[in-house]
Amino acid sequence: MHGRLKVKTSEEQAEAKRLEREQKLKLYQSATQTVFQKRQAGELDESVLELTSQILGANPDFATLWNCRREVLQRLEAQKSPEELAALVKTELGFLESCLRVNPKSYGTWHHRCWLLGRLPEPNWARELELCARFLEVDERNFHCWDYRRFVAAQAAVPPAEELAFTDSLITRNFSNYSSWHYRSCLLPQLHPQPDSGPQGRLPEDVLLKELELVQNAFFTDPNDQSAWFYHRWLLGRADPQDALRCLHVSRDEACLTVSFSRPVLVGPRTETLLLMVDESPLAVEWRTPDGRNWPGHVWLCDLPATSLNDQLPHHTFRVIWTAGDAQKECVLLKGHQEGWCRDSATDEQLFRCELSVEKSTVLQSELESCKELQELEPENKWCLLTIILLMRALDPLLYEKETLQYFQTLKAVDPMRAAYLDDLRSKFLLENSLLKMEYAEVRVLHLGHKDLTVLCHLEQLLLVTHLDLSHNRLRALPPALAALRCLEVLQANDNAIESLDGVTNLPRLQELSLCNNRLQQRMVLQPLASCPRLVLLNLQGNPLCQAVGTSEYLAELLPLVNSILV
Amino acid sequence: MADNLPSEFDVIVIGTASVNSITGLPESIIAAACSRSGQRVLHVDSRSYYGGNWASFSFSGILSWLKEYQENSDIVNEGPAWQEQILENEEAIALSRKDKTIQHVEVFCYASQDLHEEVEEAGALQKNHASVISENPTEAVHSAYLPSEDESLCIASCEMLTEQTPSSDLETALEISNVKVTGETEKHDDKTCMKSASEEETSKNVPTTEGTALQPKKTRITYSQIIKEGRRFNIDLVSKLLYSRGLLIDLLIKSNVSRYAEFKNITRILAFREGRVEQVPCSRADVFNSKQLTMVEKRMLMKFLTFCMEYEKHPDEYKAYEEITFSEYLKTQKLTPNLQYFVLHSIAMTSETASNTIDGLKATKNFLHCLGRYGNTPFLFPLYGQGELPQCFCRMCAVFGGIYCLRHSVQCLVVDKESRKCKAIIDQFGQRIISKHFLVEDSYFSENTCSHVQYRQISRSVLITDRSVLKTDSDQQISILTVPGEEPGTFAVRVIELCSSTMTCMKGTYLVHLTCTSSKTAREDLEPVVQKLFTPYTETETENEEVEKPRLLWALYFNMRDSSDVSRNSYNDLPSNVYVCSGPDSGLGNDNAVKQAETLFQLICPNEDFCPPPPNPEDIITDGDSLQSEASEASVILEANSETPKESASLGNPEEASQ
Repeated sequence: MHGRLKVKTSEEQAEAKRLEREQKLKLYQSATQTVFQKRQAGELDESVLELTSQILGANPDFATLWNCRREVLQRLEAQKSPEELAALVKTELGFLESCLRVNPKSYGTWHHRCWLLGRLPEPNWARELELCARFLEVDERNFHCWDYRRFVAAQAAVPPAEELAFTDSLITRNFSNYSSWHYRSCLLPQLHPQPDSGPQGRLPEDVLLKELELVQNAFFTDPNDQSAWFYHRWLLGRADPQDALRCLHVSRDEACLTVSFSRPVLVGPRTETLLLMVDESPLAVEWRTPDGRNWPGHVWLCDLPATSLNDQLPHHTFRVIWTAGDAQKECVLLKGHQEGWCRDSATDEQLFRCELSVEKSTVLQSELESCKELQELEPENKWCLLTIILLMRALDPLLYEKETLQYFQTLKAVDPMRAAYLDDLRSKFLLENSLLKMEYAEVRVLHLGHKDLTVLCHLEQLLLVTHLDLSHNRLRALPPALAALRCLEVLQANDNAIESLDGVTNLPRLQELSLCNNRLQQRMVLQPLASCPRLVLLNLQGNPLCQAVGTSEYLAELLPLVNSILV
Repeated sequence: MADNLPSEFDVIVIGTASVNSITGLPESIIAAACSRSGQRVLHVDSRSYYGGNWASFSFSGILSWLKEYQENSDIVNEGPAWQEQILENEEAIALSRKDKTIQHVEVFCYASQDLHEEVEEAGALQKNHASVISENPTEAVHSAYLPSEDESLCIASCEMLTEQTPSSDLETALEISNVKVTGETEKHDDKTCMKSASEEETSKNVPTTEGTALQPKKTRITYSQIIKEGRRFNIDLVSKLLYSRGLLIDLLIKSNVSRYAEFKNITRILAFREGRVEQVPCSRADVFNSKQLTMVEKRMLMKFLTFCMEYEKHPDEYKAYEEITFSEYLKTQKLTPNLQYFVLHSIAMTSETASNTIDGLKATKNFLHCLGRYGNTPFLFPLYGQGELPQCFCRMCAVFGGIYCLRHSVQCLVVDKESRKCKAIIDQFGQRIISKHFLVEDSYFSENTCSHVQYRQISRSVLITDRSVLKTDSDQQISILTVPGEEPGTFAVRVIELCSSTMTCMKGTYLVHLTCTSSKTAREDLEPVVQKLFTPYTETETENEEVEKPRLLWALYFNMRDSSDVSRNSYNDLPSNVYVCSGPDSGLGNDNAVKQAETLFQLICPNEDFCPPPPNPEDIITDGDSLQSEASEASVILEANSETPKESASLGNPEEASQ
């Protein structure tokens, strides 16, 4: 027909394509082979640059070839004149740009550029910033490029204010940008250094206020976008607590000194050093963890020689110095007393809430108001619900306890996929609240029954607790950290789903243990009980292992000192 | 020349009878589609350039156009009498030579007219352009008012030499970032654009602007500057935008015609509320950045817009409101009054009474659906004006062998009495050209044919102003603003403001298009809105730079016939193989033109694919005959007056076929 173009059929096209691909593959493979041969033979010359650029130009993700190139360039650096080198670098930079156009998210290419710029005597950082801006123009979420930008900005000592303005401009375009928000979280503390805040420092109130408004704009616009909520959480977050010794406990009976730390540590000759001064003179002791495994943990203890505990003096002072943490604590054991301790109170230290100035709590209060407003509009938004809970905790965990629990219920209903996480979080908050209440009551008895707990945490805070009730929860284990409860005498954990008892180890004062209606199946899990020297009463009724033949005999053998075992 | 023209075709597309008729896009698309499907296509056009009124006029071009009206000339080149050629078993349908589609033209010049008699548009061929302008320029004088509609204004085969449009300044074109319309997958497209062909010519004629570049802060723009820089203007008679997911964009991409054009995204949507112009937050980024909305409003708006995106999935949300108007429905939603205003007028672009709930939701959805494809608003504007688009399709038609015959008019259609089918046309030279199908634009028909047709009217205004209606950091904003009709029975006015980087106006000026469905004359319809938004230029306020409203430098009003939605049955005695293309509608998008083109194409070529993608050049089989050279020969443009060979060369460029 007139004017009709004759076109190859699809089979012909496919065949032509296949041949073309075959040809390409052949070229690719032979070039690769040649490069490897030359590298093996040590012929690192410009021909290798040429060959690798052919391959990398098509596939910039071939990491080994970038290594080859670096080797060649390093060798040429020694051989070439400065002018020749300058030309070489210029070509290399141009080549890198062309590779980035092929794949703007190639790890190897960006890394090679970092390496190259790092070796230049006078790198043109302004040009690199421009390059980043251009690539981020195309894809504002290219985190490879963000990484490179941070590298360039650091090298070129770009003022943080300028970089902050840059993040502003990208957030304006599209606020779903983790990299941009994250960069802000790095830049703002640099711009507004605050005394005594760690590397993750908090911000001055006015800055915080502005950031909160910005991020609020984002989550009111799109509450389902996570990036803004994450940044919001960072804004509300607090600095890492200072290293501290939280509690020091000395027991005459057990001739033992127990220390709990603000973070897990590994005490040992090559790691953290702990100095013990007894009555102002150093005493060499051996530190261990309560469970005897000596893994990093919050709680460490040591045996004391009889001389340090004798009744001849009116009192003994024990001072522990944590050299690395730059912290120490002292406690006194009075004559005639069985034990002595010194401890930071969770309530005084605001362990479970933000340390707030009056202004800041107003900020949080108004954040809470806006989130509640948003929640009314978006009753099913999980991020909003979770943020409300976090804000309430930051403001006053006890005051908002009931409300918090209601929000948890709603949250679980709208986000069933994360029910287990939410249960654990809720358990943590409830435990914290109980701990606070216990401290206010100034008792050493902790009731955690009927709280629907799924997990136990903060156990290092319970060093002094003597009676613990965990009954009627959903616990599946008594975790190893329970061994930190050095003063525990009575433990009730009836009506849970406990399968293992790893934490009931070396509890020096444990006398009564009640584990009715749990899921203990294997006799083996009872093994740790043998390490509790004072255990006299054990109730295992309602556990599967009670049905097994020979359990009583096994227990009698395992726990000869326990006089009352209910099976 | 005419004797070179083959005497038989499959499809004849009859272009416009005069400079002023409103044709172009649908015909161009059909011509391209037919040519692509292997039909022999002849596109006859009495003008010396493509696109009819879809073509854009330079400033001198628009002055010439006005002059035609003013002189009211009716010099018809009758040519050999065609009546003699009609045989006994035939009858003729005479075609009109008069254009009745434009009425009530009024023009005003406000810019100071320090006009030396000899000032002339750089590179312009046109003389006497200043004749339209009144002698007393500081007053608003309307100088070309056309009182009666039956006075015909322009004529076939007039010998007016309008200079080549579009003019292009390549330097400027390179500076700005343009949208290439391609499928999302093909990103690294070579920048081929229409302009390259006329580069040589343009660079000769266009003086460097560097020296005369205007700094609006310092210099007032005078009329002589506008005249001098006249080639910078590309003034469309039709003011439309492309929905970025509209049918036209899809077609441009599918057919790969997009490579012939470049686009810019509209940068903002504006609203006029309580006497103030403000930006409408419509995209996610807009809402996030908006300073005027409260947090709760942000949420309300986003929530409502998100719902509109997939409203069909939530029938319970709107089913109960189906019977009421969209504006009533909006009141039932959790939206504050200003949000309701934004949604109703600026996003759904409807009015209090015009749409019901479903139509409003549909329009909102369509708006949102287009958002974000090429930028933060749903609209694209073709660089150098809307007139680029018909040209692009003409080019595709030519590449596939279609023949263009410019400055060539048709006198009548010849109908076989027995079969009641049209079999040929008789052109201005009396030559009879046979064809199977005939496409005729509505304005081409004579009174006899369309005596029963009821036409609506579109009111149009074109303004040149000195600043934007809403100032921001960037002076290169392209904005669309909807001003709702004030009284019942009046229609909303659509305002499109173009900055100089759209290549439609000179630096330091803005080209503003106003469009609405007519209820009276264009000036009566539009002047109230013009007065609200702009203030006339006057000499006295020269030192006061803080004038809030932009100043008018020049203004044009006219009414244009809206021949869309005319049923085929309304035309008298149309043979079944004569198809009618309507002129442009008053709508914002181009979907009607594309739909119409596709429908007519299916009638001409049933079961053929509509504008399929061109084959990959590697897949074209070139055998001994060398299909390449055949194609290039076939696509040479024939002209009655062959004084503009360059344009034809560019369209017949054989390289295009292999690209």
